[in-house]
Amino acid sequence: MIDFIAGVFGSSNYWYIVLRSTAPILLVTLGAVITEQAGITNMALEGSMLWAALVGVLASAATGNVWIGLAGGILASLVVAWTLGFFALKLNANAVLCGVALNLVGTGGTVFVLFSLTGDKGISSSLASKTLPFIKLPYLGEIPWLGKVVSGQNIVVYLAILAVIVVHVILNKLTIGRRIRATGANVEAARSAGIDPDRVKFLALTVSGVLAGLAGCFLSMGYTSNFTSGISAGRGYVANAAQVVAGGTAVGAIFASLIFGITDALATFLQNIGLPPELIQSLPYAVTIIGFIVVTISRDRREAARKRALFASAPAAAPREPVPPTRPGRGAA
Amino acid sequence: MDLILETKGLTKVYGNGTVANRRVDFGLRPGEILGLVGENGAGKSTLMKVLYGEEAPSAGRILLEGKEASFSSSQDAIAAGIGMVHQHFMLVPSLSLAENLVLGKEPKRKRSRFFDQDEAVRITEELSAKYNLKVHARARVVDVSVSMRQKLEILKVLYRGARIIILDEPTAVLTPQETEELFAELAELRRQGHTVVFISHKLDEVIALCDRVSVMRDGRLIATHEVAEVDSQTLSNEMVGREVRLKLDKTATSAGAAVLVARDLSYVDDFNITMVNHVSLTLRRGEVLGIVGVDGNGQTELVRILTGLERSLSGSLKVGGRELMGAGPGAIRRAGVAHVAEDRMTVGAALGASIQDNLLADRYSEGRFTGRFGFMKTEAMREEARSIVADFDVRCASASQSVASLSGGNMQKVVVGREFTADAEVLVVSQPTRGVDVGAIEFLHRRIIAMRDAGKAVLLVSSDLAEVMSLSDSLVVMSAGRIVAYFEDAAAVSDKELGLYMLGLKRQGEDEIRKVLHED
Amino acid sequence: MKTDTARPRRGIGRTLAMFFTDRDRLEPALVTLLAAVFAVLSGIILIFIVSKSPVLSVKNFLLAPFLRSYNFYYLLIAMVPITFAGLALCIVYQARYLTLIVDSCVYMGAVVATVVGIYLPLPAGIHPAVAMLLSGLAGGLIGLLPAILRIKWRANELVSSLMLNYVFYFLGSCVIIYFLRDRKQSILASLPFLPTFALPKLVPNTQIHAGFIVAAVFVVLVSLLIYRTKWGFEIRLVGANPRFAQYAGLSVSAVVLYAHFISGFIGGVGGAVEMAGLYKAFIWQMDPSYAWDGVIVAMLARRNPKFVPVSAFFLAYLRVGADFMSRRGDVAFEFITMLQGLIILILASDRIVNYFKARRLKAAALRDERAARDAAGQIATQGAAEAGR
Repeated sequence: MIDFIAGVFGSSNYWYIVLRSTAPILLVTLGAVITEQAGITNMALEGSMLWAALVGVLASAATGNVWIGLAGGILASLVVAWTLGFFALKLNANAVLCGVALNLVGTGGTVFVLFSLTGDKGISSSLASKTLPFIKLPYLGEIPWLGKVVSGQNIVVYLAILAVIVVHVILNKLTIGRRIRATGANVEAARSAGIDPDRVKFLALTVSGVLAGLAGCFLSMGYTSNFTSGISAGRGYVANAAQVVAGGTAVGAIFASLIFGITDALATFLQNIGLPPELIQSLPYAVTIIGFIVVTISRDRREAARKRALFASAPAAAPREPVPPTRPGRGAA
Repeated sequence: MDLILETKGLTKVYGNGTVANRRVDFGLRPGEILGLVGENGAGKSTLMKVLYGEEAPSAGRILLEGKEASFSSSQDAIAAGIGMVHQHFMLVPSLSLAENLVLGKEPKRKRSRFFDQDEAVRITEELSAKYNLKVHARARVVDVSVSMRQKLEILKVLYRGARIIILDEPTAVLTPQETEELFAELAELRRQGHTVVFISHKLDEVIALCDRVSVMRDGRLIATHEVAEVDSQTLSNEMVGREVRLKLDKTATSAGAAVLVARDLSYVDDFNITMVNHVSLTLRRGEVLGIVGVDGNGQTELVRILTGLERSLSGSLKVGGRELMGAGPGAIRRAGVAHVAEDRMTVGAALGASIQDNLLADRYSEGRFTGRFGFMKTEAMREEARSIVADFDVRCASASQSVASLSGGNMQKVVVGREFTADAEVLVVSQPTRGVDVGAIEFLHRRIIAMRDAGKAVLLVSSDLAEVMSLSDSLVVMSAGRIVAYFEDAAAVSDKELGLYMLGLKRQGEDEIRKVLHED
Repeated sequence: MKTDTARPRRGIGRTLAMFFTDRDRLEPALVTLLAAVFAVLSGIILIFIVSKSPVLSVKNFLLAPFLRSYNFYYLLIAMVPITFAGLALCIVYQARYLTLIVDSCVYMGAVVATVVGIYLPLPAGIHPAVAMLLSGLAGGLIGLLPAILRIKWRANELVSSLMLNYVFYFLGSCVIIYFLRDRKQSILASLPFLPTFALPKLVPNTQIHAGFIVAAVFVVLVSLLIYRTKWGFEIRLVGANPRFAQYAGLSVSAVVLYAHFISGFIGGVGGAVEMAGLYKAFIWQMDPSYAWDGVIVAMLARRNPKFVPVSAFFLAYLRVGADFMSRRGDVAFEFITMLQGLIILILASDRIVNYFKARRLKAAALRDERAARDAAGQIATQGAAEAGR
């Protein structure tokens, strides 16, 4: 058993699958990170992915062009994100409930559309949809072991890595990133600085829509080569939990989604040694919850320590002795 | 002398009919520091909100450098060179000081949307050096002290080109040393030609810092003095001198035995400010003990400790001889302490719930309402609600209607009705008539006196000085989290004298204060 | 009556107050009804878009329960699990929590019931009752988990319940496959239940089983719980304003915990009732996922358990119609899920549900503003007059 696990972790094939399973989660987690930073929970990521996966397949099959498929998928995902924005920001709806509702529309709607067009409810195999290209990396692919892991992945896997950089740049290098973070952390402060919080939130939703669209297209046009009903398998929800583990940063999202990817890929391997596959399949979700708890506990500890330090370093601010009469009261005028 | 900013006959009436400003002729000279003093609710905040574009005036004019001005939002006011530093800081804790400073007006790298971090830091440091307001540009706001956050707020205003800076109670969150520092910095701003409005309750601070001082009372601008020509006694009289004692039929009674004994209570808030500083007091049967003080001097926190909503860092709290320190609000209620919370909208009532549910929230589990298997005796509950509604004259169609649909006065009657029928020995009553119409005020006052006459121990906290003075038998003055004076006979003390204690100009000796303990 | 005279009666004020309070309650209820109608209309439009024989499809969709008696029985049976889920959601929703853990509660409740149904020889009548009790307990404990995660670690209960749903689904099917599976069957099924486990049929030659009555009993019980017992009182108070509840002396965490336990318990019982009422063995190939139904039923019922049967009927009606239509035509059954999402979307929108109220408030604010302006004008002219004197 131990030998087997060591064998798995040493195998380049395993790590190849890890990257492949991590990529879609990473993309949606980034989407969840950026919306959460802007102060709106995008619970509709699941629905975004579903529509993207379906529309991507349909558009690529209709046009015979995979890139048009990708564009169509991303657009579909964006429509979901914007609908959420419209309801949550313009109609004052509870964003979480709205997201849940949009996912329901996605779950039913994708199957409904698929059936109406193909007569099949489960899978889109009757459509001649295209697959996004897999890319052999020059030079890097030559390296033994590592080459087998990183090279020959689907283009979306590399785009996911690019997306980390893009989201990192947006949040940390661009002006809009400051505004996104300000809006999420203190909406009043942002408003008082002349920032329109709704615009910022719409923008964050747009970015998350593109990312979820990419992830959705990957699922049906790379990870597999068909749309199947419920293809997103809760990844959108996992992203909402992973976002917390990520601590609101793009780099953190890598680790958060790797936790999921590693256990997810492990599931495929562990089945070979006779462990119940169902038990293993539940692992990624269980690990996500555990990760969430661990991160929350450690963050609480850090916060408490920080407060203690602040308290200790500022004894003058907490006078235990009688306050001199010059000290004013705090009054509301 | 030309005025840089003035108002002519400025009047502000709020939608609920409250007149916040009455024909205010306010004037600001260029390059001065003007103190603005007044009691709670005197209209200072409203006046400043109008000048900062956050509220529209109902009548009257605003003149900026002699020209008519109208601001539809604070952005307009900022564009016109008016900045305001609120009491509650508008900062993003997770961003650096430099990022906070430039937020909304960020420096960018050439022809790009890239944020120019170095430029932001440079701007911050340059401004910081120019006005001698020392801040760590690269540190995150969450990691710096309150006083540095305040300096950052002032710098933010300056960065946006303000020439007139309004500071709302800036010293409230500062230690004495930090206050001195702030004064030096404000003097520097004045030297560089900026105009400052300094809102404060602390008269000695105003006298130490300002060139002129305007006094507001009851929505009017009472007087403006050159600071050199006025003393704090005069200012204090102008601020509180008007109060007319309310007429109340109140028979004298003698206080009975001690019921609630609080010793050495302390509370430090999130800003590390000691809001309650080793406070001790004793409540006796048949006595109304009033707490007076400028809002925010620890009254709220003291009440929260006494009712179990907050934990004291030290001391003890005994009700009827039983130690209740650290017990939750439920245990303290069961020990016989009822509490009219100061904020009925968020704490004292559940707005969405029915009047009946609100009235029974503290007693539903008693045997007379809950029978076997947890079933509630609906008829008994309805009867209880009906009788309280009738007794406290709550104007409503039925007790099943939601509390949110009631007027402020009737909502308060629901809260008071519940607490006064709770069969408690101690009543902690906080801001009983805030935002309540005149008719209801009189009603509530009579009920408070009736409770006292029935032998209850009452602790009364109110920002309305006249109210506390006329209802209380004895008075305690709180300032900066401490009890600074105790008056055994509330009728024997004048409002002017109270004002001196409230504003920190005077303080009794320890022996006199200790009398509130009734330990003889 | 004596008590009546003690109530304040002040002519116009009373009438006005009555008028306003009623409107605050009536209008959202009306909007809820409109949302349901709107969803059905959207469904009809969708059918017209995709179907080659739209009129027939719409007829099948809307009239299914009346076209075949089987359909009508099917509707009644379908109401049962939806009712349980709706009741479970009503309880947490009363405390203003939104968790979908009821999926796991139903599923694991069914698994526990399967164990009881196969291995515990008990007399008929008692057998399913014991299963319901044990399933309820299992469901209750599972229902607690998201609440604990929220209270202790501030985990969003919706997200954590969704994660847990996956975990419990895999866990439950693992139990079925490795411990309870009937190897003789080609499809995935557990060993057959003992005959004593089956709930009696209410109507001969139909599937209508005693679970219908159990569900009805639970509607009454939960209504009593929410509106007639002190626990329901506490749940409602915490939901209305947790800070107020704490101030009034309640232990808010305790209330949240037992609300989730009861909610999960009901879900568990629902799972057991499905097993004992409908099946001869555990044959669920996937998680039937009743949580979404629960959400929509609870929203349509506006958290009031009394209205759960009505909204469960509505949902089951749509279900049966969609099912009948899809089997007799070219429209996929899943379009019903879209309509459900649509209903939630509308009911979650504050601006839509409280449209009339917001309009009234705005008008009132405008009136106040005008009055304030007039008052200010008077004050100003007074001042001018004083100055003139």
